[in-house]
Amino acid sequence: MNHVPAALTKKPRLVVIGNGMAGMRTVEEILGRAPDKYEITVFGAEPRVNYNRIMLSPLLSGEKEFDDIVINTAEWYQENRIHLFSGDPVIEIDRTRKVVISKSGTETAYDQLLLATGSDPIMIPVPGHKLSGVVTFRDVDDVDTMLKTAANGGPAVVIGGGLLGLEAAVGLQARGMSVTVLHLAGHVMERQLDPSAGYLLAQELGRRGINVITEADTAEIVGTDCVTGVRLKDGRMIPADLVVMAVGIRPNGRLAADAGLTVERGIVVDDVMTTSDPDIFAVGECVQHRGQCYGLVAPLFEMAKSCADHLAEIATDGYAGSVTSTKLKVTGVDVFSAGDFSGGGETEEIVFRDAGRGVYKRIVLEDGRIKGAVLYGDTSDGGWYFQLMKDAQDVTELRDTLAFGQAFAGGSAGNPLDAVAALPDDAEICGCNGICKGTIVSAITEKGLTTLDEVKGHTKASASCGSCSGLVENLLAATLGGDYQAAAVKPICTCTDHDHDNVRRLIKAKELKSMPAVMQELEWKSSDGCHVCRPALNYYLLAAWPGEYVDHGASRFINERVHANIQKDGTYSVVPRMWGGLTNPRELRAIADVADKFDIPTVKVTGGQRIDLLGVKKEDLPAVWADLNAAGMVSGHAYGKSLRTVKSCVGQEWCRFGTQMSMSMAVDLEKMTWGSWMPHKFKMAVSGCPRNCAEATIKDFGVVATDGGWDLHVGGNGGIHVRATELLCKVTTDQEVKEYCGAFIQLYREEARYLERTAPWIERVGLKHVQERVVDDAKNRAALFERFMESQKTAQVDPWAERASQGVDAHEFKSLSLIAAE
Amino acid sequence: MTDIVNWVNVGPVANIPLQGARTFQTETDRIAIFRTLDDQVYALLDRCPHKDGPLAQGIVHGHFVTCPLHNMVFSLETGEAQGPDDGCAAKVELRVIDGTVHIGLTAEQIGLRHAG
Ligand code: SRM
Ligand SMILES: Cc1cc2nc3c(=O)[nH]c(=O)nc-3n(C[C@H](O)[C@H](O)[C@H](O)COP(=O)(O)OP(=O)(O)OC[C@H]3O[C@@H](n4cnc5c(N)ncnc54)[C@H](O)[C@@H]3O)c2cc1C
Ligand code: SF4
Ligand code: FES
Repeated sequence: MNHVPAALTKKPRLVVIGNGMAGMRTVEEILGRAPDKYEITVFGAEPRVNYNRIMLSPLLSGEKEFDDIVINTAEWYQENRIHLFSGDPVIEIDRTRKVVISKSGTETAYDQLLLATGSDPIMIPVPGHKLSGVVTFRDVDDVDTMLKTAANGGPAVVIGGGLLGLEAAVGLQARGMSVTVLHLAGHVMERQLDPSAGYLLAQELGRRGINVITEADTAEIVGTDCVTGVRLKDGRMIPADLVVMAVGIRPNGRLAADAGLTVERGIVVDDVMTTSDPDIFAVGECVQHRGQCYGLVAPLFEMAKSCADHLAEIATDGYAGSVTSTKLKVTGVDVFSAGDFSGGGETEEIVFRDAGRGVYKRIVLEDGRIKGAVLYGDTSDGGWYFQLMKDAQDVTELRDTLAFGQAFAGGSAGNPLDAVAALPDDAEICGCNGICKGTIVSAITEKGLTTLDEVKGHTKASASCGSCSGLVENLLAATLGGDYQAAAVKPICTCTDHDHDNVRRLIKAKELKSMPAVMQELEWKSSDGCHVCRPALNYYLLAAWPGEYVDHGASRFINERVHANIQKDGTYSVVPRMWGGLTNPRELRAIADVADKFDIPTVKVTGGQRIDLLGVKKEDLPAVWADLNAAGMVSGHAYGKSLRTVKSCVGQEWCRFGTQMSMSMAVDLEKMTWGSWMPHKFKMAVSGCPRNCAEATIKDFGVVATDGGWDLHVGGNGGIHVRATELLCKVTTDQEVKEYCGAFIQLYREEARYLERTAPWIERVGLKHVQERVVDDAKNRAALFERFMESQKTAQVDPWAERASQGVDAHEFKSLSLIAAE
Repeated sequence: MTDIVNWVNVGPVANIPLQGARTFQTETDRIAIFRTLDDQVYALLDRCPHKDGPLAQGIVHGHFVTCPLHNMVFSLETGEAQGPDDGCAAKVELRVIDGTVHIGLTAEQIGLRHAG
């Protein structure tokens, strides 16, 4: 066994385990304070000198070479008479004998011992994680492995869209691989960024050709010897020659724990970095100080100072913990986050968005002081905010201009004008007539147009339904400057300056496909909207991107979220669908059984020709639905901004006056249209003759049989302001009824404002507008109908069945329970 | 504020949906525990001061909740009604320890009667 001879001098022996950033910084600080105080020995597991770990990212991307990132060269160790054992990890600390034992068998005695073992990258133990080609991103060896594979190009997968994962992705992309990032959370870097900034970052990565998949849960890494791909739990396969696991780090406290030191998440230290053994110290990512573990260098450097003060026997205040800030080291991407930007307590937030420049800033204040900040796109003031925050300076005076930064750039937060100004020329402004921005702008400049009516006349833009007139006015204002006074728009709510129509058109024109996308690009003034705008946006997104947009439950009113109507006492009502108002003994028996079994206090026949079970306890809902489902019944959507009922009369099936089969027509229409989300509720009725017993003429879409066919009526409303329908047209075949019905609904879905029923909508746009689109223009009718049927493909899923038997939203129906009383 | 006599652990923060809420039934009433988009957790009695609406069923936005029955908006931080409305929802003490939610309950809520 090797034995390092006891020092010839009487100097105390300092042994350092870990030749990394914190360990060597501490040694440098000690040398700076007391160059001759200790005889220093360093053990490093890595077979090389001390280098700057954070520069591994530029090393990977090719922006740096290894020599560029070395901190202390071999000569430096010699000059400072430090014994370096590199590539020789310590495997044991013997505290009774005060020696450390290394892998090569060296025993080294210490008077003071410094642990700086850093942390270990976490490897999720999914099947296949041991295959060749699966690496972590922690040291030079990892980078070497990545570069070998990258030399052949090919696909790479990075698991983990945090700081490290994204830097790895960008580096591999720069080395010619095509990279997919799999991220478990809803947006990338969720620990440093809020959803808005995460959205912008994902956009930028997308532009660079990096494919980011969020909410991606890895099931397995696939391959026989070498990795060939990654399979997600939802079944998707992503091919990969290289898999980088970058899902987090764990403080490395193994040696310390084996030696009997106090180790919780990390090695527990006090303010001068002493562990539970007064002769043993620890610094860096391996420690836990005042309950905190850190994964960034700034805190480590502060620890190094306090530890060096103590070891050099200089009076010190000790280390008091750190407030950290992060920046992503990707050239051309500016992201900054600091402190606790999540808000909480008595906080308020300042949000600034400039969609044109892709800038987002969110500053969280508490008691007039900055508590945290997230910046994207323009991080020049990051340092300033960070300083204000660390100094806990009162910023009340600065509050109004804080978002503009230290230099107070001036200018106001974005508005609808900027939004249209930023649109590309080929963005469609008028959906009805297919007119693009460029056409309108050139008409304005070339023909000297100054009013909305003139634009309508010359371009047809906003000449139809008029829902784009706000946009056209904004275009006039943006093109003519101060000369044009646009009519005041009525914003959806205080979260935005945009009105409903603007938002709808811009969602399409800018291809906005998520709530954060809309809020960022249209410069929402709050971070996550409110109960007025969120349900509207959810509907607009759902209607614009059927099958693609994922419904956002938290943005729906309770009734639509739990698929039952809330009652005044907090219980719910359950209304199963009775197609066309028809039922049978089996359904009635199931309803009766359910009412008995769950003690449902009221069973009532509704005005919509079906049965309402009132007073159901929320937690019973899934079980009630399961029983109804078992008898073949599905949700009646009595709670939804959606298709409600299709009432019918007994019609030609039974009635002596009936001229058409109204019951079967009602059933067909209900089967075709159920499940469709709409701006407001939508009701239909089918009567078998003009006596109109089904009251079809106060419905949104009413069908009344005649001798030769059907009269189609639209825009009726019972309720507060009774409005009789207007005749849309007359048709002869059953197939026509269905096509006109689907086309009409789709037009309503695409054009009406959220919470606008067909009656006020038709009063606003005029029956003629509807007739032009649905009756006169056969091609357009067919197209509308096709879009409706397309969106129905993903809409007709019984929400009750999903919740009763597939566990969807299970948390809604179960209270929390006690874990343990303290 | 009534004296808190007992902190109870109602499980991980992650069990509460983002921009949503869960409830916890005590001996005397129901408590609504909210989680905001920025991952803060708050608790109020699940009873609107207006007409007893179940606040846990409302839409959560910013650090506010909108009552599902008549749309009054309450601050989750203070319980105060916002805007022109008057009223205050009762706040329940809450703390998060290592990712789990603990709420502070009164003697009555845990089923103890005051002596005398
Ligand atoms: C259950 C029912 C009353 C009944 O017992 O008959 C009913 C109950 C409610 N109606 Fe109704 N309406 C019911 C048929 C009607 C009808 C008649 C019809 O559909 O033929 C009308 C007039 C027709 C119409 O809508 O044009 C009607 C016009 C309204 C209105 C006014 C709508 C309007 O545009 O002015 C509201 C308020 C609203 O939606 O904002 C409303 C709102 C409500 C709400 C949803 C109130 C609420 O928000 O909680 C009630 C829910 C009770 C519950 O929890 O179940 N209900 N309501 C009927 C359910 C029919 C069904 O089977 O789904
Ligand atoms: C790719 C990448 C990019 C990063 N970017 C940033 C950034 O931009 N900003 C930022 O602030 N931070 C960044 N970091 C984090 C930063 O590098 C770490 O916080 C820092 O290196 C931690 O220092 P440390 O000394 O505690 O650990 P390390 O630097 O990891 O040093 C620990 C050393 O101890 C060695 N060791 C472990 N056990 C033993 C043993 N038993 N015997 C001997 N030696 C042992 C290890 O091999 C290692 O060399 C980044 C990290 C990585 C991997
Ligand atoms: S008429 Fe009024 S009270 Fe009756 S169900 Fe309709 S909304 Fe409720
Ligand atoms: S009960 Fe809450 S607003 Fe009426």
